Amino acid sequence: MVALRDRGARFAPTRVSPLSWRAIALMALSIGIMVLDVRRDGAGLLRRSLAHIVAPLHRVVEAPSALWDAALTSVNTRDSLRTNIAALEARVREDALTLAKLRALELENERLQQLLGVSPRDAIRTLTARVLQVDLDALRQRVLIDRGSVDGIEPSQPVMDAHGVFGQTTRVNVSTTEVILLSDPDHAIPVQIERSGLRTIAMGLGDPSRLALPYLPRNTDVQVGDSLVTSGLGGVYPPDLPVAIVTEVRRDPSQPLVQVRAVPRANLDRDREVMIIWYKPRVTPPPSPVPNAHPTRASAQ
Amino acid sequence: MTDSYATHRLPAYVGALIALLIGAMPLPHWLGLLRPDFLLLVIMWFALMSPRSTGLLFAFSWGLLLDAFSGILLGQQALGFVVVAYLMHHFHLRMRMYPLLHQSLIILSLLWLYQFILFWIDGVTGHPVNTWMRLLPGLGGALCWPLVSGFFGRIVQRH
Repeated sequence: MVALRDRGARFAPTRVSPLSWRAIALMALSIGIMVLDVRRDGAGLLRRSLAHIVAPLHRVVEAPSALWDAALTSVNTRDSLRTNIAALEARVREDALTLAKLRALELENERLQQLLGVSPRDAIRTLTARVLQVDLDALRQRVLIDRGSVDGIEPSQPVMDAHGVFGQTTRVNVSTTEVILLSDPDHAIPVQIERSGLRTIAMGLGDPSRLALPYLPRNTDVQVGDSLVTSGLGGVYPPDLPVAIVTEVRRDPSQPLVQVRAVPRANLDRDREVMIIWYKPRVTPPPSPVPNAHPTRASAQ
Repeated sequence: MTDSYATHRLPAYVGALIALLIGAMPLPHWLGLLRPDFLLLVIMWFALMSPRSTGLLFAFSWGLLLDAFSGILLGQQALGFVVVAYLMHHFHLRMRMYPLLHQSLIILSLLWLYQFILFWIDGVTGHPVNTWMRLLPGLGGALCWPLVSGFFGRIVQRH
């Protein structure tokens, strides 16, 4: 009995060591910061002050590949540069011709639209940016680009490369911006099947070479090779930008939905140069059927 | 005091900074998935060897910096770092006695605990990344532990 009581006394009121107190305090502090930061700009001051420390670090990480690039360009032989320039000039001539045709078409289109009383096309302005070679997180598909709020960039601006939609801006720092790629599991983009005009959503899977179209019924008219373009719903991406090509359509009789996979047109994991787009609809869009039509985790249909 | 600074603090700060930068060096996608959390390994080593000068606050501040650096929720990795550093600090006398292989196994479980904390917070905040690949950096970290341990063991003693 005595032994039992002794043991009980020894274990009853354990003193919490100073170390544990410190751990608890710091954990509480971390949780507090998280709770603030979950809200948009909740921990804005802390984030901005940390950004000042972090920005030069990003540049340091980027330095080796930037140097490598510079070295490569400087050792390029005159011959290869000349052939390059010749090829590019030929392309510029071809493009100029196409552009001239397009301009004529655009004018004609505008006239026709005026006749029909349809609202004019939306204004688009672009800015090129370089993708910084910094790995942020292997599990998330995000990149940093070398333009920031000094260049007038805002959150939720569409980003494209030469082949198609790349993603959209999320967190804007002074001289860098974080871009969330099409393939991030948190990203969804309202698209349209070009051939049939059917609208749906393409979601990222965390793999830079695949997108999913999870909300199509089994009898949907979709085929391998179909081209997906932005539908313009959601208000982030302008309509008719190329997004992806359907590569796999699986219809399982026991499933109500068809399994569709698509490969993004943009080189999500290899791009060095991208284009940021300012897209302001000239007229206010009609009220969208879904109240919260934000493209990340959105369900706008 | 200056002695402790020269032998522990300075290598700790420089080591952590380098680990942070190595953690963001561009790698091919598959290799990036295996990349250990070098910064966390460094913090664990210093929590093991000099828990008084580079303990919890050290872990917390570097975690917060890493959060800002990789652009995720502020405080997420800081919380994970504090938990792991606390466990290391708490068991540091015992841990130091273990052979390296045994240490690596404990490091593996701590790294997975850390990943679980991140996974859990991701889920709570509504950005779940559900993939078994979350376990890979832990494996890489446990494999790298003898290297990190040997490296810092040499650097810190030489001062």
